[in-house]
Amino acid sequence: MKKSYQSLEDNPTNNMKQVIYCGLTSKIYSLCIVLLLTFSTTLIAQEGDPVNGKSLFNSNCAACHKLDKPMTGPALRNVEARLADEEGLDREWLSAWIRNSSSLIKAGDAYANKIYNEYNGVAMTAFPQLSDQDISDILAYTAAPAPAPVVVDGPKGEPVDQGGVSNNLILGALALLFALLAMALVLVRRTLNRFADAKGIDVVTENKRLPIWKAFAQNQFLVLVTSIFFLLASGYFVYGYLMQVGVDQGYEPVQPIHYSHRIHAGDNGIDCKYCHSSARVSKTSGIPSLNVCMNCHKSISEVAPETLAEGEEFGVNYDAEIQKLYDAVGWDGTAYTGEAQPVKWIRIHNLPDFAYFNHSQHVTVGGIECQTCHGPVEEMEIMYQHAPLTMGWCINCHRETNVKVKDNEYYTKIHEELSKKYGVEQLTAAQMGGLECGKCHY
Amino acid sequence: MKMHINMKTSLKYSAVLVLLVGLVSCQKTSSRNYQYMPNMYESVGYETYQESDAFGNGLEAQLPAEGSIPRGDFMPFEIENTNEGYAFAKANLKNPLDSLQVNYAEGKVLYEIYCGICHGNKGDGKGKLVQREKILGVPSYADVGRAITTGSIYHTLYYGKNTMGSYANQLNEQERWQVVAYVEKLKADLEK
Repeated sequence: MKKSYQSLEDNPTNNMKQVIYCGLTSKIYSLCIVLLLTFSTTLIAQEGDPVNGKSLFNSNCAACHKLDKPMTGPALRNVEARLADEEGLDREWLSAWIRNSSSLIKAGDAYANKIYNEYNGVAMTAFPQLSDQDISDILAYTAAPAPAPVVVDGPKGEPVDQGGVSNNLILGALALLFALLAMALVLVRRTLNRFADAKGIDVVTENKRLPIWKAFAQNQFLVLVTSIFFLLASGYFVYGYLMQVGVDQGYEPVQPIHYSHRIHAGDNGIDCKYCHSSARVSKTSGIPSLNVCMNCHKSISEVAPETLAEGEEFGVNYDAEIQKLYDAVGWDGTAYTGEAQPVKWIRIHNLPDFAYFNHSQHVTVGGIECQTCHGPVEEMEIMYQHAPLTMGWCINCHRETNVKVKDNEYYTKIHEELSKKYGVEQLTAAQMGGLECGKCHY
Repeated sequence: MKMHINMKTSLKYSAVLVLLVGLVSCQKTSSRNYQYMPNMYESVGYETYQESDAFGNGLEAQLPAEGSIPRGDFMPFEIENTNEGYAFAKANLKNPLDSLQVNYAEGKVLYEIYCGICHGNKGDGKGKLVQREKILGVPSYADVGRAITTGSIYHTLYYGKNTMGSYANQLNEQERWQVVAYVEKLKADLEK
């Protein structure tokens, strides 16, 4: 009871003073109110501040704990109530555990040892810096009821469907209207002809002039000019067609797992080289192995509701795609099962076997942005080939791009000599030998 | 009669137009274009990620045999991925790079690619993914309860810890130590 009064004083919202100065007649009522307030404020004081608790939880606990799912450590929803009901452990025990779990384990506490062994003997980080208030805030956050699962409701999709149907309806109606108009025209023409017949009017106004195509065929000069024109035009188109054979610009295959570069590289701003790490140091940029995905997706098994809604626009369920990743890598939500399946990614950028291209030479040495060749990847929901990857395209860039020689001792001497030879300030890649056949074909 | 001719020609023109449009729209972006001589484009030898029946699991790319050692300057990391290993590394492991070899500029570049996205470019645990609440619970390097050291940073980088994965395949040994040195610098800056 004493504790309750203390907490009452702590609470700024109480109006105990008012109650005390009330008239004697209402003493009993006021006593009742005092009692009521006491209990209610006690509850609030114990609960702490769930908002502050959330930020504390996110910065301290969320690395290993989720509210509703076991991760490195157990799920923490209603942890205080559960411990009190099932193990008879109070707030004091919890605080001791949070501040220094290993000393509890060493002291031989039964439940502490049980939970330690249950989670593979991974010791929980000590949090000596958390105050009583911090802990009660965090516990208040964990005691908050679970949010109702976000139901992807039908009505959201329906208006779109209705829109589609009504669009089709409008189109159909228009088509019908045109058909009717055409029919009406034909009918009108026929009736007019019939009237003309009946009145004996000769409608036929036969033109005795030479038909235009005969006149054209007789004019040999015109025929010559036109045939030359047609030859040139068809030559142009044939050349265009033949030149694009083997060029896969715009190639956009459907991948086995829908991976959105827009979300990862765009919205979340993850560096390209985080996943394509070998682009820094080797010839190929590499398809990231699935353990790189799992660096983040171990803890991200579902996307945010707004991201999920975005996915609907593209006809993709991102959660299902993450599940595909889990199936491929053999992750059951808490541990690897060892049943991995390779993902059959479809290669997009493929240079012919007779051309040599080295990523590290361009990315690390040249300092060229990935987007220079791969286009606005951070905006691509589905990855496609941005550049033609033809020889002409390579050569063009080598002719236009200056070599970054600043602060690079490797180039100092050769740059001096070559810039004297060419009489230029800045050397292009081409002048450094970037056009030599043997650089790429050998 | 004239009108008839017009109708016929326009019919022909529209047929040609439809044919052209049809040809253009047949170019699918979901499949590759034709190639002149596919055998000059496609390697005779196995390519890294290709399917192959040479091995049991149908992949050309295999993990190196257990115990294989890469060519070049390589030292095995013998501390184990256990709590004891972590404690041992935390107490004993030191950076083999001396003060002249440590290059904060290089460490910074690598750190900002691989670590900054969660740990924040200042090491305060407030990277972009944390701010967007995608990944939670990233501690500051100055966290008292963790009290990280050279050895514990390297051990965590090598094996991962809790939710963090291993970065051993994205960074080589020398790069890892550069990142460790840079993390220590960030920690010192945070504790100032």
